[in-house]
Amino acid sequence: MVETNFGHVRPEHIVGLRRVAELEEWEGRRIGAAVTWRRLEVDGPRALAQAARTVGSPQIRNAGTIGGNLATASPAGDGHPFLAAVDASVELVSPSGTRAVLWSEFFTGVKQTSMANDELISAVLLPEDLPERHEFAKVGVRNAMVISTVCAVVTRRDDGRTTVGLGSVAPTPIRARQAEEMISSIDRPSETDLNEFARLVSAETTPISDHRSTEAYRRHAAGVLCRRLLVRCLR
Amino acid sequence: MIIAFTLNGKPVTARVLTPVSLLDVLRDQLELSGSKNACDQGECGSCSIVLDGAVVCSCLVMAADVEGSEVTTVEGVASGGVLNAVQEAMHAAGAVQCGFCTPGIVVAATDLFETNPTPSRTEIKEALAGNICRCTGYGAIVRALEEITGEVS
Repeated sequence: MVETNFGHVRPEHIVGLRRVAELEEWEGRRIGAAVTWRRLEVDGPRALAQAARTVGSPQIRNAGTIGGNLATASPAGDGHPFLAAVDASVELVSPSGTRAVLWSEFFTGVKQTSMANDELISAVLLPEDLPERHEFAKVGVRNAMVISTVCAVVTRRDDGRTTVGLGSVAPTPIRARQAEEMISSIDRPSETDLNEFARLVSAETTPISDHRSTEAYRRHAAGVLCRRLLVRCLR
Repeated sequence: MIIAFTLNGKPVTARVLTPVSLLDVLRDQLELSGSKNACDQGECGSCSIVLDGAVVCSCLVMAADVEGSEVTTVEGVASGGVLNAVQEAMHAAGAVQCGFCTPGIVVAATDLFETNPTPSRTEIKEALAGNICRCTGYGAIVRALEEITGEVS
């Protein structure tokens, strides 16, 4: 809509999805593409609800959806770190059928996805066994209406398995696999372990400098943020 | 295409030929200029309306998509020429700066009080997070809204 308001695109045909009720359906781990941030803020799994609460403003959260966030495929999308951290899939429908694409196969670059031209995002599929603990946080320059400088989710299972999903630090959302592997085997991480975890997270990012922040700051903030989120998970 | 929807309680139609926003249709075709256009990208909240029960930025709503919907604009919050409690409170407190963002704030605040009649200061601020257009003068607005007790509309 912003692109048409600004005259950047002039689509010849438009398909209105606002009243397609099926897209608003949310059953268990299957979240319809048109489920709004507002609904996720209230009823979503903890870290996804935390992320939803930081999106835009009340007006934006009433209109913006998880499917729209995916379709935009911004590196800074606030829903993405959670989907990456729990290995969610994106359900796509087309005249030839339905397929589920793992998040890592879905995002292919800055605002680029593996969707075909005739495909529509119908739902997000979360795994049945979500980690026992998961926490989201983001860094931005103000409280509301802010695009993330860095956003992150850390999950931790009772058996120690840990995952890290990051946004705004690479062309697509990423996982910090080395940091995950290092910390997953440690039952009660020491201060030294936490610092090493943060260092590995930072090392795995490939941020850019732009008008919102610098490469160095984003890299540093990613480590600090994930260390903090891990500590919250360990409480 | 011709779209039909309910605007401030009355049935209306509009002719939509291009992918225009609901805001443009409200202002240019239906001649309700209370909803303002400052940013055209959902940033300022000056165009806030209530669409099927939810506050949204009308600049981000595709006009063709409101077929069959219920829309309330700032022109629809007062009834029979009587200001609602939010309008009264802001008027009494002089809670405006340049005033351009005021219609959106009235709509967002009215929605807040309808869903939460006794909001805290924090809840008031959070409800206006999409309307704070970064000039200044918000202290008076928040203080005015804190004075409201009882039914808003």
